[in-house]
Amino acid sequence: MAMQRPAVPITARGLRKHYGPVRALDDVDLDVQAGEFLTLLGPSGSGKTTLLMVLAGFLRPDQGSLRFGADEVVRLAPHKRDIGMVFQNYALFPHMDVAANIAYPLRLRGMSGAELRRRVEAALNTVQLDGYGARRIDALSGGQRQRVALARAIVFEPRIVLMDEPLSALDKQLRERMQIELRRLHDKLGTTTIYVTHDQREALTMSDRIAVINGGRIMQLDAPRALYERPANRFVAEFIGESCLLKVDVAASRTQCHCAGQMLGLSQAAGAPGPAWLMLRPERLQILAPDASAPAGLNVLQARVTDSVYQGDSFLLQAQLADGSAISARGIAGAAALAAMPAVGDKVGLVFRFEDAVLLAHEEA
Amino acid sequence: MKTPAATPDLHADGLRRDEARERLALLGLSAPALLLVAVTMIVPVAWLFGLSFLSDSGQLSLEHYRRMLEQPSYGRTFAMTFKVSALTTAICIAAGYPLAFVMSQLPRRAANLCMIAVLLPFWTSLLVRTYAWLVLLQRKGLINEWGMRLGWWDEPLALVHNLTGTLIGMVHIMLPFLVLPLLGAMRAIDADLLKAASSLGATPARAFRTVFLPLSLPGLAAGALIVFILCLGFYVTPAVLGGGKVIMVSNQIANDIELFFNWGAASALGAVLLVLTLALLGAATRLLRLDRVLGGTH
Repeated sequence: MAMQRPAVPITARGLRKHYGPVRALDDVDLDVQAGEFLTLLGPSGSGKTTLLMVLAGFLRPDQGSLRFGADEVVRLAPHKRDIGMVFQNYALFPHMDVAANIAYPLRLRGMSGAELRRRVEAALNTVQLDGYGARRIDALSGGQRQRVALARAIVFEPRIVLMDEPLSALDKQLRERMQIELRRLHDKLGTTTIYVTHDQREALTMSDRIAVINGGRIMQLDAPRALYERPANRFVAEFIGESCLLKVDVAASRTQCHCAGQMLGLSQAAGAPGPAWLMLRPERLQILAPDASAPAGLNVLQARVTDSVYQGDSFLLQAQLADGSAISARGIAGAAALAAMPAVGDKVGLVFRFEDAVLLAHEEA
Repeated sequence: MKTPAATPDLHADGLRRDEARERLALLGLSAPALLLVAVTMIVPVAWLFGLSFLSDSGQLSLEHYRRMLEQPSYGRTFAMTFKVSALTTAICIAAGYPLAFVMSQLPRRAANLCMIAVLLPFWTSLLVRTYAWLVLLQRKGLINEWGMRLGWWDEPLALVHNLTGTLIGMVHIMLPFLVLPLLGAMRAIDADLLKAASSLGATPARAFRTVFLPLSLPGLAAGALIVFILCLGFYVTPAVLGGGKVIMVSNQIANDIELFFNWGAASALGAVLLVLTLALLGAATRLLRLDRVLGGTH
């Protein structure tokens, strides 16, 4: 079922929704490219669902502009927006069978007879549920309901697809399989898709780009890799993946910084000298063997081990720098690494490349 | 992986005995209620049923049933009973469905206030409420006084001592019985279903007709059936507000006993009403799949 209609971009400007003192949406600007799979990622209460509800038209913002392609839709009723939406609890009509659920949006558009049946069959085929048309909704498993909801949302070839945590009710294995399937389906249809989740791994797996949302604002909008490697601020650094934040003091040269009495090199010149945060990813730190000398061109932090935890596929080493700040390193739990694992109280050197450290502005938290 | 030397006692018999003992204890707990039902319901009904087959002289006969067929007044009484019940149910649906719909859409606090307002009539006795309607509706009652004073009508309207008055009183009393199960069914409808319908392109009216209405029908059927069956046995309201013009089966039964001391005839009426009601319930169950309605919302 190839998309006939060209995908449309979404342009939001100054979307605001306040509930008393709470800023659910704080003048949000968002540009979604045509055919893009964009994820809104954030903790609960961050405003990501509010934003989705405003896009769908279920929630009226206080002000703002919203365009689908060239059309301004901010005042358009939801049923006129031409959006396929997948809900967290699927929202399938329990009094209709699978085929009737999928046919619903087509009937609303005046379709009937052979063409209707053909489209329903095609949609069932797309979500790999051939032959399930006559099933009752309550006779389906969670994963099957998910697929029916998906088929119903795409069967009328909407110009935009919205998904509100559609996989959160599934168990882990099914969720991971559906992530790949959803992404494959999107690649096939090419519809502009906005996906809401609080699961960062899901976001990193599926998205072209991710908008990290907190406090009603977009903290960073970037491709998954850029988001992980180059977080723009402390919130994104801490929300996505594991991270250690160290208090540092950028030297006057701006290419080095002091951290717990040691000098570290920076891959890019800092904006200004003075206090800042240095973010490190635990899995990018390597533990220096006790007898090895510090390799040239790499940063080394001397630390004392406070704890080491075996976690099956990996191990986590927690350590303390000279000034007492905590740092941790994660390593693959191979036989050699496990044999050489330092004990609590040992002094270790933690090695990382200049470009693995991200300098973040020192904002008061 | 060593097998134990001796198989341990698996307590199959003991566990089965425990199970049986627990079941007996549960039965014991429900015994007072069962006894009460037997004494206050089953025995008197069976006794009345027996009475209906005895003639005035104490002989076994079908005389009371024959009279019911022969005298047209009995037919009229049954027709009136079903007419009043059907009209009351219809008006309750017309008034109660929008009310329940609004309540189901209100925020929790406002909905609870509405619920109190709906249940308020239950705080007063049925007799008091019925006489209160008499005060309001009679020729020189509040409504006619004010209506004429404001110039809305010139002659006092005949609001009471007729079918109109009976219906007003009965709808007032029956409305909560319709609204409560209906509201339960409406509250159970996931709000996301309407959002889904809307996102798929349904206008609000279309979404209501294709999604909300069908899903609320089981609750409506349950409420309507409760109202209809309660109406069939109604006595006080038609007696007070009907002014002798609205004779329902229960009024006829009261007459037979109070005026004619004819327990046999009264029992026969009661038996016929009971059978008709059960037949109706049976038919409704088959038609509406009521087992599912009463068993749950989906």
